[in-house]
Amino acid sequence: MDEIVKDFLIESNENLDRLDQELVKLESEPSSKELLASIFRTIHTIKGSCGFLGFACLEKVAHAGESLLSLLRDGKLALTEEVTSGLLAMVDAVRCMLAAIQATEHDGENDYPELRERLKQLQGGGEAKPASSPAAASVSKPAAVAPSAAEAAATVSPETTIRILDAGPDSPILPREESSSPANGTSHPAVAGKVASSQDEAPAPQQIPDARAHDSGVETVRVGVNLLDKLMNLVGELVLARNQLLQFSNTAQDAGLHTVSQRMNLIATELQEDVMKTRMQPIGNIWNKFPRTVRDLAHSCGKEVRLEMVGQDTELDRTIIEAIKDPLTHLVRNSMDHGIEAPEARRRAGKDATGVLTLRAFHEGGQVNIEISDDGAGLNADRIRRKAVERGLTSSEQAARMPDRDIFNLIFLPGFSTAEKITNVSGRGVGMDVVKTNVEKIGGTVDVQSVAGKGTTVRVKIPLTLAIIPALIVRCSGERFAIPQISLTELVRLESGKAIETVHGAPVHRLRGQLLPLVYLSQTLNVAPRRTGAGLALPPVAEKKENTLQNVNIVVLQAEGQAFGLVVDDILDTEEIVVKPLGKQLKGISAYSGATIMGDGRVALILDVLGLAQRTQVIAEARDSEHDGRHSEIVKSGSDEEHALLLAENGLEGRVAIPLSLVARLEEFPRSVIEHAGTQEVMQYRGQIIPLVRLSQVIPAASDAEMLANTNSIQVVVYAEGKRTVGLIVDRIVDIVEERAAVEPLTPRAGVVGSFVTQRQVTDLLDVPAIVRAAVPGLLDAVAAETRST
Amino acid sequence: MASQQFCTFHLDAYLFGVPVPQVQEVIRFQEMTRVPLAPEVVEGMINLRGQIVVAIDLRRRLELNERAAGELPINVVVRTPDGAVSLLVDEIGEVIEVEQGSFEAPPETLRGAVRSMILGVHKLEGKLLHVLDTEKACQLPVAESVAAS
Repeated sequence: MDEIVKDFLIESNENLDRLDQELVKLESEPSSKELLASIFRTIHTIKGSCGFLGFACLEKVAHAGESLLSLLRDGKLALTEEVTSGLLAMVDAVRCMLAAIQATEHDGENDYPELRERLKQLQGGGEAKPASSPAAASVSKPAAVAPSAAEAAATVSPETTIRILDAGPDSPILPREESSSPANGTSHPAVAGKVASSQDEAPAPQQIPDARAHDSGVETVRVGVNLLDKLMNLVGELVLARNQLLQFSNTAQDAGLHTVSQRMNLIATELQEDVMKTRMQPIGNIWNKFPRTVRDLAHSCGKEVRLEMVGQDTELDRTIIEAIKDPLTHLVRNSMDHGIEAPEARRRAGKDATGVLTLRAFHEGGQVNIEISDDGAGLNADRIRRKAVERGLTSSEQAARMPDRDIFNLIFLPGFSTAEKITNVSGRGVGMDVVKTNVEKIGGTVDVQSVAGKGTTVRVKIPLTLAIIPALIVRCSGERFAIPQISLTELVRLESGKAIETVHGAPVHRLRGQLLPLVYLSQTLNVAPRRTGAGLALPPVAEKKENTLQNVNIVVLQAEGQAFGLVVDDILDTEEIVVKPLGKQLKGISAYSGATIMGDGRVALILDVLGLAQRTQVIAEARDSEHDGRHSEIVKSGSDEEHALLLAENGLEGRVAIPLSLVARLEEFPRSVIEHAGTQEVMQYRGQIIPLVRLSQVIPAASDAEMLANTNSIQVVVYAEGKRTVGLIVDRIVDIVEERAAVEPLTPRAGVVGSFVTQRQVTDLLDVPAIVRAAVPGLLDAVAAETRST
Repeated sequence: MASQQFCTFHLDAYLFGVPVPQVQEVIRFQEMTRVPLAPEVVEGMINLRGQIVVAIDLRRRLELNERAAGELPINVVVRTPDGAVSLLVDEIGEVIEVEQGSFEAPPETLRGAVRSMILGVHKLEGKLLHVLDTEKACQLPVAESVAAS
């Protein structure tokens, strides 16, 4: 294909994308002169270029649009929804014609004589009457639903174009240009066509200044991605050579050489950085077309939708951008069609009539997360269950057993669609599995979460195959590893291993009073640590000596909301690294998200923080314990036989433990809630009067600090048995631990089962039923009687 | 009769060959980055002009004896459908041209995993040239599944 035509196509397609956005924007701020001017210029550019290149029909369509726009610009016509739809339809028509040109090379106009005929008719009648709104609206739909399809299928395009243009004839909005435009349309391209065919190169110089003028200052050059890749590798090589030169110049003791090599060093570094950036594109580039998609869909589905986009400048490698374009479009369409309800339904549900569709992109854990959320009806787990069984995708027992979270993800199975009626937007059951396949093709994952009545969130996670990310470089067992900065919370250096305690063998560190589970990188990766006995999960007693002798470097990381400390040998530096994919041979290892090349040319692995957390089971528990309320973050991992114990302080020194299974809730109340029923202290709690038991009175503490008297609030452990509830007042709730408590009965005391050691403190394990019985005689007997009678 | 050019190399006592077009380049030993948790045959990763290439110890892959300590292997970088992979060999031999007629499939007595990686042998004078199936040799069983979960 002719270079000029190629350039024209690329440029025009870009212009059209911009037109889409600008027109939608114009609708919300119809008085914006700049927007109108910009739209007008864009159309004018396209029209002008068509003239040079001899695309007469294209020029005519563009001209019709331009005439309409000039009226808008001059304020002779008010922008209505119909006008916008008409203009958008015109944009689609131009796009279809460009697709035709792309497919049939530069002589596309000759292949569509009947189209030209229609266009001429349009030129004649187009200036007569206004577009009736239903026609314009219906025309914009098919094109909008499949904007990319139009580009792909050149055979469809003439038809689409014709229908779109049919809508135009009734529009009265182009009064003046009537006489001049047809003449202009026919004569000009004829001349231009001759020029283009006889002197292929000639129009170029004219076209370039023309295009430049409208490019509003941003100067760009189109470069092939292959070239960029090659440049990138070459720069990598240059950096290696640079490093060798630096080493050489350091030993050579030549001042001149030293200066030159330093200069070279700086230049190479800068060059490397810039070349690396060339491949990155903000995700906004593909989001830009969504306002249009959402507008058109909202119109065709009769819904009101506001699109919100967060994190447009999140950068992604361009190959990834390309790959996720279609899946994202589908997800957006899906949310529009199935997710967000019609305005009346929303109002009935007590929601704002306008639905909100949110696109969010951000880096997390070395991956790019893209979330598409709507505040619509949410997924109906039961309906999905039913459908899944109906379609034979799962058995009914299986479906019944599956948690909702897993049920929702069934929608990604091939052939699954719960849409009650098939619309032309979605509901054919071929979409979601394609989304999943496409995302997985580039190594990503899709997950859907939904709350009935509140909305649905689809989260797409894509690895950064070639993103540049800031990373912390650590050393472990002689190798360097990169940790994406995004998952990094802080760095902790312990002067001695003393500050590491263990919860039944699992090492933890008390970081500002909270237990931070520790993970030893060397152990997780199964490599010999640099120094022997770096406190692997051996019993603290055995390890204590070595532990105390050396510094411990802890990298505090965050994975899915759960913090954990990664113990490494050394913490080196932070660097911007280029993430490179691992070879196929290493793909299955969840501990790594990729590899990178360090400044000295050696390869370093990039740790996958989420993968590490999963390997070490840091987050599996976190998820389960989320509903345990405020103590979820300090719940420690442990094996099944261990019991979760609530640790509380009794007096200054005394520590007590209560099996968590006996604890209904932990509450904090102002002291004033304490009332009296006779001599018994009681409080009102959830519509009940519950007796209160002061632990310090039942189990005398070694030194009774009377902390209760000094504070304005009380900490209550709510203990429930049957329908009876008792509040146990403790001085301070300390922690929740998992212990396989080796309880030793010391001197028998009322209300204490025995004592054991946790967190290096002797702790009394409470016999709660006994305490309650002692404090509130008769209560538990009543409970026992109740249970017997039922 | 058709002839074929082979890039040859030595592994333990054997002579191996890979069709020349499959070989991207041969480079001397480089410092490697170990990959913990990777299959044993993965010796590490090298930086090949900005491209990260996995190095597979061909001795281990073909279940031969371990290379003597201190002996540095050579990287034979081969092209595979999944990108370049470096095969670590003892020593590089010359490029030889062999006739198709000298080829013979491996004997039935060659069993086990190795059989799938050796396409056959060319009968040369006084020695046998083992023809390596590079694609199979570079295909490792799925590295490992997540230990947890």
